[in-house]
Amino acid sequence: MEDTAIQSLDAFLQKVPYVRFLGMRVELAGDEMTAVLPFQRTLIGNPILPALHGGALGAFMELTALAQLSLAQPGQRVPKTIDITIEYLRSGRAQDTYARAILRKVGRRVANVQVEAWQDSRAQPIAGLTGHFLMRNEEP
Amino acid sequence: MSDFNTAPLPERMLMAPHADALGLSLVSVEKGRGVMSAPWREELVGDPETGVIASGVVTALIDHTCGLAINSAMGELTPIATLDLRIDYLRPAAPRTGVTAEAHAYRLTRTVGFVRAEAWDVERGDLVATAQAAFMLNTRAQPLKG
Repeated sequence: MEDTAIQSLDAFLQKVPYVRFLGMRVELAGDEMTAVLPFQRTLIGNPILPALHGGALGAFMELTALAQLSLAQPGQRVPKTIDITIEYLRSGRAQDTYARAILRKVGRRVANVQVEAWQDSRAQPIAGLTGHFLMRNEEP
Repeated sequence: MSDFNTAPLPERMLMAPHADALGLSLVSVEKGRGVMSAPWREELVGDPETGVIASGVVTALIDHTCGLAINSAMGELTPIATLDLRIDYLRPAAPRTGVTAEAHAYRLTRTVGFVRAEAWDVERGDLVATAQAAFMLNTRAQPLKG
């Protein structure tokens, strides 16, 4: 993994206040990035189950896509989210959540990214996200 | 503070810890429709260069408001679960400005609820996002293992 890519990822994670608000961090193994959303009570949407808030999970997966893009395109501004489709597969429990992103296509203007989130077992994802992101390499 | 199970529906929607952490507030609710707001706060910013609120906050606001619309359509707070949620971000919100969302649960079957939502920052007619969602209704809590 090139230093510039890691610096770009660090800058994204540290500069975006909302990343800190959610408490998200990432782990890198070579060029493979796993995003981690450590459990906090403030992420709960349904206190009776209890279950993670669907919006918090969606936001975490969107940020995972943006973090993966920041690794792939060092030095660019944070891409703008054009649209996202979130599929919820299982209820998110009151525990840590992980996510990985696949860059299905990174074009000059737009990127298509697919993210999957899981808790106990990666083979049993709790949610998925597909999103389109506007790349901003043409802007000053 | 009243008990979660006995509080009026809109109050219970606000008792979700994540809604509370984001500072969501209830604007209005009627059968099948709900309006809620997310305030602008420094810690919710997604683009530090412009001070625009994170799209993730809009996602959480829309998801929550859709849940409110479904529950108000059903007239009770039964357990529901989001199946899918599609959001188009039409434009960034204005810098240092909160967002308001309105959701309409326009069709309920015995098992599934369909919802549309719109979000804006300043003017109701000048949208920042539109959304479409489907919810499973009457999901029962599974006992948690371990």
